[in-house]
Parts: sequence; structure tokens; C-alpha cells
Amino acid sequence: MASQTQNIQLNDDGSLRHFLTIEGLNKNILTQILDTAESFAVLPGRPIKKVPALRGRIITNLFFENSTRTRTTFELAAKRLSADVLNFNISTSATSKGETLLDTLRNLEAMHSEMFVVRHNASGAAHFIAEHAAPGISVINAGDGRHAHPTQAMLDMFTIRKHKGDFTPLRVAIVGDILHSRVARSQILALNTLGVTEVRVVGPRTLIPTDARALGVHVYHDLEEGLRDVDVVIMLRLQKERMDGALLPSEEEYFQLYGLTNDRLACAKPDAIVMHPGPINRGVEIDSEVADGPRSVILEQVSYGIGVRMAIMSMCMQKHPSAGDES
Amino acid sequence: MNISIIGGRVIDPASNTDATLNLHIKDETLIAMGDAPNGFSADQTIDAAGKIVCPGLVDMAAHLREPGHTAKGTLASETLAAAKGGITTLICTPDTEPCIDSPADIEFIHRMARKLCQARVLTAAAMTQGLEGKQLASMATLRNSGCVAVSNARRPLANTLVERRALEYASTFGMTVFLHPEDRHLKAGGCAHEGAVATRLGLPGIPSAAETVAVARDLALAEHTGARIHFCTLSAGTSARMISEAKKAKLAVSADVAAHQLHLTEQDIDGFDAQCHLEPPLRTLQDRDFLRRAVADGTIAAICSDHQPHEPDAKEAPFPESQPGLSGLETLLALTLRLVDEGVMPLSDALARITCGPADLLNLPYGRLAEGLPADICIFDPEAHWTLASESMLSAGKNSPFLGWEFKGKVTHTVFNGHLVYQAD
Repeated sequence: MASQTQNIQLNDDGSLRHFLTIEGLNKNILTQILDTAESFAVLPGRPIKKVPALRGRIITNLFFENSTRTRTTFELAAKRLSADVLNFNISTSATSKGETLLDTLRNLEAMHSEMFVVRHNASGAAHFIAEHAAPGISVINAGDGRHAHPTQAMLDMFTIRKHKGDFTPLRVAIVGDILHSRVARSQILALNTLGVTEVRVVGPRTLIPTDARALGVHVYHDLEEGLRDVDVVIMLRLQKERMDGALLPSEEEYFQLYGLTNDRLACAKPDAIVMHPGPINRGVEIDSEVADGPRSVILEQVSYGIGVRMAIMSMCMQKHPSAGDES
Repeated sequence: MNISIIGGRVIDPASNTDATLNLHIKDETLIAMGDAPNGFSADQTIDAAGKIVCPGLVDMAAHLREPGHTAKGTLASETLAAAKGGITTLICTPDTEPCIDSPADIEFIHRMARKLCQARVLTAAAMTQGLEGKQLASMATLRNSGCVAVSNARRPLANTLVERRALEYASTFGMTVFLHPEDRHLKAGGCAHEGAVATRLGLPGIPSAAETVAVARDLALAEHTGARIHFCTLSAGTSARMISEAKKAKLAVSADVAAHQLHLTEQDIDGFDAQCHLEPPLRTLQDRDFLRRAVADGTIAAICSDHQPHEPDAKEAPFPESQPGLSGLETLLALTLRLVDEGVMPLSDALARITCGPADLLNLPYGRLAEGLPADICIFDPEAHWTLASESMLSAGKNSPFLGWEFKGKVTHTVFNGHLVYQAD
């Protein structure tokens, strides 16, 4: 139930405890995250202020899937908040020795970690850990299966707000492999919660999930139609293994139909921005000219990711029993 | 031991009986319905006033876990749970370890069950050796050892030729073939119904077509071979429609549905509830309603528990990594009675789906009340309210999405083969 999702993420007073999914969070909380991120003033090319917010606290990065990039931004965010960081790469550690996920969790709790940043290939893994975490422990979802990647979605919202200000008049197109994308699911929820005019998804039917409309989007199969008059274009990474599962014939045909080129970008509004959660496949989903062009904000996204993650981490830890106690 | 059951409302769907009658049991046999025979004296009298007395339930699909998976359940624990659920005849699936593909395996289970004397355990034996889907099991030998059907459980057959041969070979000996329709390629590692909820939760989906494609293939092969096939645990409404049409075309085909499929839908997996991780998956409200209609009109002649007890760890994992299945013996009757309360079908028809319905599909002399037959009787209080709690479950598996549900209709006594095997506190 949506209410279940909501309850587990929020403290009794409605403040954030966990950050598992955008679902069940209201516009106020999302806006509060963006405003808090603003206060950390992480701007491209500028040094990041170090703040004492989480001094003496232990944050554990619990990564069951390899991801140097996401783990690094979480680690950087935690360190800028003055927390101590443990990194666990579980694919090479405990569970391969037969330890269950819960046993791993209990062990890390015994090391007094107060926050887990979790990435796992099973949808619902972060919820599972949050449900079983001891009181006073927060869980941040750094990507679970195809389900959610809510911190990525929030840094994307931050980037959009930086460039567009108000969300309400915006039309946003998300292009590519929606079916397997936890990023797209979280972006769609965040955009709709923040009240954009329209969210579109664009791709061949093999990459659009069943009942996609239920997500609150319009579905397009033609890229130029899908880009018409949009303010924001979000391109998704195409995994190479999609060719094997008979989802697509070839990278070449995909680029011909759904690759973003300057010509195609001309269908969007003249001031449309181009985003991508990275890492990009040049010449597969996006042409280098566009990726490196003036409308691309792809590298800004990465920079903003640090402040947004600092905001989410500090908000989740605010109500902790030991908050303010630095002994 | 002689038992009299006095003053109950006796409902026997097989004989269209619905009357207040006394039943009299001598040793293992029901010897009289109505007045006690001359000279009969009961050692025990059960007062069934205000209660319903019906045949002991027949469950077509129960995973009893022994041998091999005794951390999940044993013949002892699960037949005890069956007795509590009013079930007196269980057909166990062959996917134990080792699987039931030899006479010794069948004899082990039958011998253990006889010794335990809590419920009658019949076997659906393996259709292929080791359930590997490649070489035929020794079906004729297995039949002579007492199996009532052959099945490959939910394990895939290597290809359609193996299926054709299995159907032909089984039909040589007039054996019923249990089929779990599922195209494993379309299933593609999915763990939830491919629909709006799985899309939102990002769970890999299993389309309804994974079932209907298999049903179409199986029906075509049944028509070609003339084999007697039975579809187990349907989940898609369209499957019921296809089977209904096949029956009109006089194919020897039947079907059952798990009780939970008639109550839960894809919405119940929301929040990643691993207790609702089931195979086949919970589908849409329309599927549920279509299946309900098919049960009501008899297209689906049996409701089963599809009982799959698990140890707690099996469900203590993220949804896709949890093990599918629920512990269903103790809710089979209650979920079936709920259909009556919800106006799906009359009481007598509902009871037929869990007594003579499944028994008749396999020509078994159970699931009915008649003089001279083994005394298998379920007595329940139709007005008693109760709540399912894990502490009160007798199955070793406490994995049920119905924990905390309030039910109406509670078993008070179960008589199996003339023995009072369960009596509520």
C-alpha cells in the first residue's frame, strides 16, 4: 500500500527517516530537500564547504552492486557532513560466504552504524532493509533493481530547478530504456509530485513497461514527436545486454531511431536542457555533439549530486536519538 | 471405536444432501446416516448442533516437503495442519528431494502417512525422471505403487515432444496428467504479474501470456493425444475461458485454482510483501473475478490450497529473492466459505469444490458421505469468527498473507478414516 511506503519513510511528525522512494513523499518534502541542498551551495568548479552536521556519526555504504561513481558521491557527501564512512562491497564479501542479508545488517548495526546507503540488484531491497533496521537507523536507497533511485531523481530535480525555476509549466521527455530504469521511475514520480505539466516517455515498445500510463506519463514511440516542445530532455543509458535479450536489433538501429542528435533536439523548445544520469554511451543514445554541446547539463548533474545527497542524509539523521550529541 | 455425530446440518454435495442427520461410524467406516443401526452403541458422541457436517476436504495440491525439505515441513507437521483445516485427503506434489519418481518414494510417503494417521496422503508422482523434463518416469510402475496422477510440478519439460510423449504414454494406462501451465521463456525470471503494480515497483513481470501460451499448447497436445489432462493452480482469467471452450469441444480436461487466487490480486504485493510472492503470481482484479465465475460455473471443478510451507528465512529477503508460496492448509475451508459470504456461489457448490469436485476428477471414493465409505468428516461452526495468527498455525510454515485476517467458519472436529484426528479447544 502506498500508505505503508509512506509510513516507513517518515517519522511520526512527518519528517524524513528513510529515503527509499519518491512514492508517498509530498511536494513540501521534495521542495525542502531541494532548498536544503541549495544551502550546501555545491556549485560546479567551487570548493564544497565542510559542515559539522554529522560529526561522530557512522554511515555505511552497503553496495551489493558495483558502482564506483554513485558510491563515491555518497562518500563525498558524508565526509562533507563530517561523518565517518564505512564502505562495504558485498558482492565480494559476506553474502558470497552464505551470510543472509539480515545477518550482514545485524553485524553492521553492531558496529554502531546509524545510516545505511544501500544499492542492491533486487527491487525492494532497500525497503526490506528499512523494515528490519533497528530503531534509530536510517536507510537511503542508492538504487534497488528496477524500482527506485530517488537521490538521482532529486539531483535531477535540483538541476532542472536551477535552469528552469518553476516546475509547473514544464514538459519533460525521458528517452530510452524505461523498462529496466529505476532512475526513470523515480524521476517520473518526482516530476509529477512537483507538478510539471507533462511527463513523456519515449522508446520502442520493448523498452516501455506494461501499463506505463499508470506511472503518470504519456507514451511516445517516435522521438521527434516525443521531443516536440519539451523543456527538458532526459536520455537514459542503454545497456549493451539489451541486444541479447531480443529487446533491440542493434545499437545502430537504436541510434537511428532514438539517438539524440542536434537535428532532433531542434524539435524541443529552443532553451531545452539535455540531461543524462550517466555514464553516457556516445553514439548509442546520445551524439557527442549534444553531450558536449551548450544545452547539455550532464556534468552539472554530477556536481549537484553531492549537495543533494548531503541534504537528504542530514535530513534523515536530524531526528536521530543521538542528534546533537557529539560525544 | 464407534462415533456418533448428532444433530448437525449434514451437507454432502455429491448426493445433494442438506438435512439435519445423525452420522454413525463403526471403526473406519460410515455405517449409517440417520438412525443408528440396531445394536450400535457409540463410544463417543459428538454434538454437532448448530454446526455443519460435511465430507472431509480433498486438497489436490500440497507440497508436504518430506523427504528432503524438512526444515520447511514434515509429513507429521503438515498432516496435523491438514487435520486442523478439515482436510482428510491430500495429494502431495512430487517435488521433494529426492523427488517422487520411484515406487520406493511413493511407499515411503504412504507408509509414513499411514503411521501418522492424521490424513490420507496420496501422491502425484513425477512425470519425468528426476523431474528433469527429459526422460519419462516409469509411469505404469508408479501407478501400480499407488500414485493417483503424474506431474512435473512446476519444473519445465525440455520441449513439446517430451510433453507429447508423456501425454501419450500416460494415456496408455489411463493416467491423469497434472500440468502447471507456464512458458518459462515468457516467465523470463519474473516474480510478479506483469501489470501496473509490478511496473511501479520495478519488479520483473510474468505476463499472463506465460500461462495462456502454455494452456493453448497443452490443449492442442491433449486434443492430439486424447490424454486426460488437469491444469493445476490457474491464475489468468483467459486460461479459464480457453478451458471452458475445450470442455465444450469434449476434451478430457479439468482444472483447479488455489484458494488465494480467488481473494488476492496484484495490489496485494504493494509494499513488497514477500508473503504475496507466489507462483503463479497474483494477477488482476479482472482475472480474480473471471476465475471466481469459472469456479462458480464448474469450469474449474476444484479449489486447492497449493500449500507451500517455508521456514522463516525463505521469506526474509527482498521480494524477488524470497521463495514463492504460502502455507495454505489451514485457510482452505475459510477462504472457500468466504466465497459464499461474498455471494460468488451457494454453500453446497463451494463445498463441492473442496470435496467431491477434486475427488471425482481422479475417480477417488472420497470427498462424499455415504454408508459403507471410509468415515472422512469435517465438522465446522459456520458462525464462528477467528483470526489467523502464526502462533496458532500447526503447519511448520507460518508463511501466509492471510495472517491477521478475520474469517468466519471454523473447523471444530475432523474425523479421518473413523479416527477423531482434530478437535478444537
